[in-house]
Amino acid sequence: MADIKTDEYVDITDVVCPVTFVKAKIAIEELEPGQILCVHMNDGEPVQNVPRSMKEEGHRVLKLYKNDDGTYDLIVEKGEE
Amino acid sequence: MNVDYAALKKGGFMRQKQKNCFSLRLKVVGGHLSAAQLSAIAAVSEKYGEGYVHLTSRQGVEIPFIKTDDIDEVKTALGEGGCEPGVCGPRVRTVTACQGKEICPSGCIDTYGLANEISERFFAMDLPHKFKFGVTGCRNNCLKAEENDIGIKGGTEVKWLFDKCIHCGVCESICRTKAVSFEGDRLILNEDKCNFCGRCAKACPADAWECEEGFIVSFGGLFGNRIHKGEELLPIIHDKEVLFRVIDAAVRYFKENGLPGERFRVTIERTGQDKFEKVIREAYYG
Repeated sequence: MADIKTDEYVDITDVVCPVTFVKAKIAIEELEPGQILCVHMNDGEPVQNVPRSMKEEGHRVLKLYKNDDGTYDLIVEKGEE
Repeated sequence: MNVDYAALKKGGFMRQKQKNCFSLRLKVVGGHLSAAQLSAIAAVSEKYGEGYVHLTSRQGVEIPFIKTDDIDEVKTALGEGGCEPGVCGPRVRTVTACQGKEICPSGCIDTYGLANEISERFFAMDLPHKFKFGVTGCRNNCLKAEENDIGIKGGTEVKWLFDKCIHCGVCESICRTKAVSFEGDRLILNEDKCNFCGRCAKACPADAWECEEGFIVSFGGLFGNRIHKGEELLPIIHDKEVLFRVIDAAVRYFKENGLPGERFRVTIERTGQDKFEKVIREAYYG
């Protein structure tokens, strides 16, 4: 994730659906519009649902990086309030 | 008193081991029952049965311990509560369904609507043996389409939209069959690998997919004494008219070729799968 500078990081690999999205949502609510959050998540349900849920909440998904250990980093820009 | 067991069985009354007792099977389509129907069922089981019901393996409800003398009264009471008896014996049984796209985030088709259409057209139709339909909304297959004589599975055929894509990579990551890859900024969809699960489009944060829903039909499933997985013999079907043309042809084939007491799968094998495939392919291509 070298090419996008992020403002905040949240790890949701320690929780399961539906808390995954709740944790990510709380993290992004802490930010100002335009700031960028990195969400570290597991394969499976989180990667299927969290990117779309972020978009439905009005944020902008920029990129999803696949890590060597099978986890993902989702880069999201906070939308307007 | 002479009891016409065949007529009772046709009307959903299953004879129990206990003398003069029947387990009454109700008609339930796709596991959907209203609160009013449940109240009527509860009242009948309290008054005429033993105060409980059995939920069957195919989303049905049976009320055990209905006495022979009470059958007419029970039918009336259930009818007033919006319930109809189910069927047993050699005919089209309860059409099962998952909740489908109207409720489930994974669903690709309106399973419940389709189950009702199938039920209206085929329910209780006399055939050489029992005949089961099942409708499942997507590849997750919660409803186990392939264990039915005819199983229908929802699918989504996808087309990538370059203009909307933000190249985030979500679709490539979540595709279970590795049908999606990127070459530079172009997405390559391997159609041989795509299984129409629709996960790419559902997970896409940019709505960069054009979707067309479809039906994947399997024929000749068995899950009783003998187990055979229903086989997909046709490409995905997008048009409901074509779907019903295919189903009609398959049911007609069974009606015309099946021997009494022979399941659909056995008829297909005995008469030759090639012959059956030819019939449904003709229906498919019109």
